[in-house]
Amino acid sequence: MSTSVLPTYDEVISRYEPVIGLETHVELGTATKMFCGCPTVFGAEPNTQVCPVCLGLPGSLPVANKAAIEATIRIGLALNCSIATWCRFARKNYFYPDMPKNFQISQYDEPLCTDGYLDVEVNGETVRIGIERVHLEEDTGKTLHVGGATGRIHGATESLVDYNRAGIPLVEIVTKPVPGIGAMAPEVAKAYVAELRDVIRTLGVSDVRMEQGSMRCDVNTSLNRPGEEWGTRTETKNVNSLRSVERAVRSEMLRQASVLDAGGTITQETRHFHEDTGDTTSGRSKETATDYRYFPEPDLAPLAPDPQWVERLKAALPELPRVHRARLRTEWNLSELDMQSILNAGAVELIEQTVAAGASPEAARKWWLGELSRRANAEGVELESVGATPAQVAQLQTLVDGGKLTDKLARQVLEGVLAGEGDPEAIMAARGLEVVSDTGALTAAIDEAIAAHPDVAEKIRGGNQAAAGVLIGAVMKTTKGAADAKTVRELVLARLAG
Amino acid sequence: MSDLIKLSAVALGEKLAAKEVSAEEVTRVHLDRIGEVDGRVHAFLHVDTEGALSAAREIDSRRAAGEKLGPLAGVPIAIKDVIATKGVPTTCASKILEGWRPPYDATIMTRIREAGLVMLGKTNMDEFAMGSSTEYSAYGPTYNPWDLSRIPGGSGGGSAAALAAYEAPLAIGTDTGGSIRQPGAVTGTVGAKPTYGGTSRYGLVAFSSSLDTPGPCARTVLDAALLHEVIAGHDPRDSTSIAQPAPDVVAAARLGASGDLTGVRVGVVKEFGTDGVEPGVTAAFRDAVETLTKLGAEVVEVSCPHFQYALPAYYLIAPSECSSNLARFDSVRFGLRVGDDGNRSLEEVMSLTREAGFGDEVKRRIIIGTYALSSGYYDAYYGQAQKVRTLISRDFTSAFEQVDVLVSATTPFTAFELGARTSDPYQMYLADLYTIPTNLYGGPAISVPIGLSEGLPVGLQVMAPTMADDRMYRIAAAVESVVGTFTPPAL
Ligand SMILES: [Zn+2]
Repeated sequence: MSTSVLPTYDEVISRYEPVIGLETHVELGTATKMFCGCPTVFGAEPNTQVCPVCLGLPGSLPVANKAAIEATIRIGLALNCSIATWCRFARKNYFYPDMPKNFQISQYDEPLCTDGYLDVEVNGETVRIGIERVHLEEDTGKTLHVGGATGRIHGATESLVDYNRAGIPLVEIVTKPVPGIGAMAPEVAKAYVAELRDVIRTLGVSDVRMEQGSMRCDVNTSLNRPGEEWGTRTETKNVNSLRSVERAVRSEMLRQASVLDAGGTITQETRHFHEDTGDTTSGRSKETATDYRYFPEPDLAPLAPDPQWVERLKAALPELPRVHRARLRTEWNLSELDMQSILNAGAVELIEQTVAAGASPEAARKWWLGELSRRANAEGVELESVGATPAQVAQLQTLVDGGKLTDKLARQVLEGVLAGEGDPEAIMAARGLEVVSDTGALTAAIDEAIAAHPDVAEKIRGGNQAAAGVLIGAVMKTTKGAADAKTVRELVLARLAG
Repeated sequence: MSDLIKLSAVALGEKLAAKEVSAEEVTRVHLDRIGEVDGRVHAFLHVDTEGALSAAREIDSRRAAGEKLGPLAGVPIAIKDVIATKGVPTTCASKILEGWRPPYDATIMTRIREAGLVMLGKTNMDEFAMGSSTEYSAYGPTYNPWDLSRIPGGSGGGSAAALAAYEAPLAIGTDTGGSIRQPGAVTGTVGAKPTYGGTSRYGLVAFSSSLDTPGPCARTVLDAALLHEVIAGHDPRDSTSIAQPAPDVVAAARLGASGDLTGVRVGVVKEFGTDGVEPGVTAAFRDAVETLTKLGAEVVEVSCPHFQYALPAYYLIAPSECSSNLARFDSVRFGLRVGDDGNRSLEEVMSLTREAGFGDEVKRRIIIGTYALSSGYYDAYYGQAQKVRTLISRDFTSAFEQVDVLVSATTPFTAFELGARTSDPYQMYLADLYTIPTNLYGGPAISVPIGLSEGLPVGLQVMAPTMADDRMYRIAAAVESVVGTFTPPAL
C-alpha cells in the first residue's frame, strides 16, 4: 500500500469516529516470581535469577504465588471489578525460545476479575472506561537477536535468551471498546494509562515504570463513518510511554483514514509503534494468527478466593487517586483548572510529598510547575526524574521562608541541586550564597557606603528617601549580592534617621 | 549368584539392621547380578555403580556411628528413567534427552535418599512413558525374565523386569494409564498406583499431568507398602499434591497378611466381562475371587456403565496434555540439538530436533493431542473427554457406596511376544483397558500376582477410593498370603 498524503487530524474527525481499546501488562513487584521462589530484581546479570521451574526443566512444576494473586485481586477491586469465586489458570501454547516451556501459564475464559470500570478526566470531562477483565499470567524471558540489520529474529546470526524475567508475575488489564470519544481519543487513551498507572502505584503492587518495561501497552484502534458499524481494528504493540500512547492512537487514526479515504480496507493485524518516527508499521497478520490451544493448566489447583477475604481486601484499599486528588484540591484550595495543570504535569505526588516535607502548597506548586517543569521539558525527561526530590524542594523553600535565600539565590541553589551537588543547605554553604543577615557585617558595609557618599546621606537625612538606592546599591556591591535589599534599605534609613 | 538377591526388601532391611550384612555388600551383589543378566534383560538404561557404592558406604558408616536408620536403609532400588535424579542421566528413554543430567532431584527421589535407599540406576521404559510393552524405548526393548521373547509390560517394563530378574528388590514406577500395574501383572511382581496427589509429581517428567502418579514396585505387597510409605505425603512443590496425612499402608499390608477379610465387601465390575480376555486370565481371576470369598470377603457384582468409554477418553486427555508438556523439548536449553549449522533458522532447528528426537508413538500422541485441543475441535474432543471423565468418577463414587474395593484382572492378556502388537496401536492400547478407569478417577489401585496362565504370570487389580490406599494393600496382602509369590525360571 502506498503512503498517500495523510489527511489532517481535523479532517479525520470530520469524517470518522474512532473506537479504542487498551491492553495493559503490568509486572507485579512481588519479591518472588509467579510460580517459583526466584527473586525478581530488575537488571541482574542474565540468567542468574532462574531455577528448574522458571527454566521449564523437565519434571519441574509451578506453584502459584499468593502475593501475586492478592495483588491482582486488589487491582480488580480498585477497578470496580467482580472477583471470581472460582477460576483456573490456562496454558497458552506457542513455540518461542523466550518461553521456557513453549506455553505460557495465563488465564483464558476464567479470569480472576471481570467487568469493572475506571473513570478518567480529560479536559475537565469525565470519561468512564469499561474494564473487560483483569487476569494473571507469567512473563516471558527476553531474547536478544545478534547480527543482521533489523535486530529481529529474521536475519539474526545468533539469539541470546535471558530468563531472569521469565515467570515474573504479569497482570493483564483489558478495557472494553471505548466509543463516542471523537477527537479526544488519543488523549483519553493517554489519560487512561496515566490513571491506571497512578491507581496501581497507589496500591503499591508494582513500580509501573513504562521505560523499564514494568508497564507495557497495546493499543487497539478502529475508525468507522458516523452511523456505521465499528471498523476493523488494528493492535499496536510496543507502546512504551504515556506520550507514545497518545501518538500511537493519533498516528493510527491518520493512517487508517488515509486508507479508508482511498477506498481501501483495514487489515486486522498487529502493528509496531516506533518511538523515533511516531509511526506504526505492519507486524504479523491476525488472519494467520496462532491457534493457542488454550486448556486448563493441569499442574495448578483452581483458584477459589474466599469472598470474606476479598471483602477485607476491598475494605482495606487505599484512597484511590481520583478521590485523593479531589481531597487535595480542597486542602490546597485550588481551582479545577489549577488541579488539572498539576495533573497534566504529573506533579500531584511530587507536590504532595513536598508539602508533607514542610512546604506550603503554593510554594510547592510554584517550584514544580515553574522552574522544575521548565527544566524537565528542556531535558525531555519526566518531572519525577528531573533531579530534585520533594524533600530538597521543601528544604529550599524553608531557606527562602527563613530569609536565608532570596528567590534569585534560591534558583542558583536549585541549579546546584539539579547538578547533583547535594542538598540545598549544603550547596548554599558551599557556594557562599547565604543572605548576609549578620547586622554587624551589614552595618559596617552601610557605614562604609555612607562615608563614601556623604552627599547622598545628606539628601536622605533631609527626607529624600528615594536617594537611598545609591547607598543600597553600594552595599549590595560590597556584599556581592548576598544581602536582602529590603533589609539593607530599612537599615540605611534607620541609620540616617537618627 | 548370591542368595541375598532373592530376599525381600523387608528381610534385607532386617539383616542390614542386625549388621549381618553391609549395605555395600548388598549393593555389590545386586550390581553383580545386573552385570550377569542385564545384557539379556535390558532392564537398565544407566547403572550408577559408583554412586550406588558410595551411597551404600555412607549408610554403613552412619549405621556404624550408631545412627537410627529407617527400615529400608541400605536396601537397593531401581528408578524409572522418567524421574529426575540429580547429576544422573535422565532420558525418559528418548533420544531427545540423551545425556541430560538434571540439576535437581525429584521430591520422591529426595525422600528415597533420605530413607537411606541406595539407587542402583535408571530403568528402561516406553519413551516418555507412552506404551504398554517397553518396545517404544529409543534404546531398545526390555525382555521379560519369564520368557525373554516376550514383553515385560509398559511403560515401566524396566522396573518390573529388574524385580523379576532379581536385579533389584525395589523399584519406582509411574502410572498414567497402567504403567506400574500392567508390567507388575505380566512379570509376576507387585505394582501400586497411589491416589493421584498422594505422591509428589515434582521431578517426574510429565506425560499427562492430570494422570501421572509415581508409585512403588516390589516383589511382595509389604515391600511395596514400605516403599509407598517412604514416597507418599504432601509436597508443597506440587500444587496437585493432597495436603493430608498419607494412609497407613504398611499397617494395612500387615493386617491383610493375617488372611482375614471378614466383613470386607468386594465388587466385581460387571462391564469388564470376559470378551477379548485370555481364558487363562479369566480362570485365574475366577480363582482369585474364590480366594477372596474363602478369606471372608463378600463379593458382589457392581455396574460401572461408563467404564467402556474410558479408553477413548484417555486417548484424548493424555495426548492433549502431552502435546503441551512435551513442547519444552525444543533444543534451546537442554537435550538434543539437530541441524544448528549456522544457516538454519531457529524454527527449522526446533523442527529438525523434534523430528529426530521423538519416536513414532510420541509423535502420534503429540499430533492427536494438538488436534484435540485445536480451536473448533476442543469441545468435541478434549471437552467431551473431560465430561466422560466426570461420569467415570461418578461410577467409582457410587460403586464405593456399595463396596469397599473393586477387583478385576489387571490386564486382559499375559505377556505377549515382542512385536505382536506394535503394528496396530489399538491392540497395544487394549493392554490398559482395565487400568485406565482408575487413572481418570484418581483413586489408588494395586496389581498383585494371582497365578500363572500357560507359564506366564496373571495379576489381580484391586481398586480403592481416593486416599484409601490402605484398603487395597490389605486385600492384596491377604491374597498374597494364600497364593504366595511367583519365581520365574532361572535366567
Ligand atoms: Zn525460578
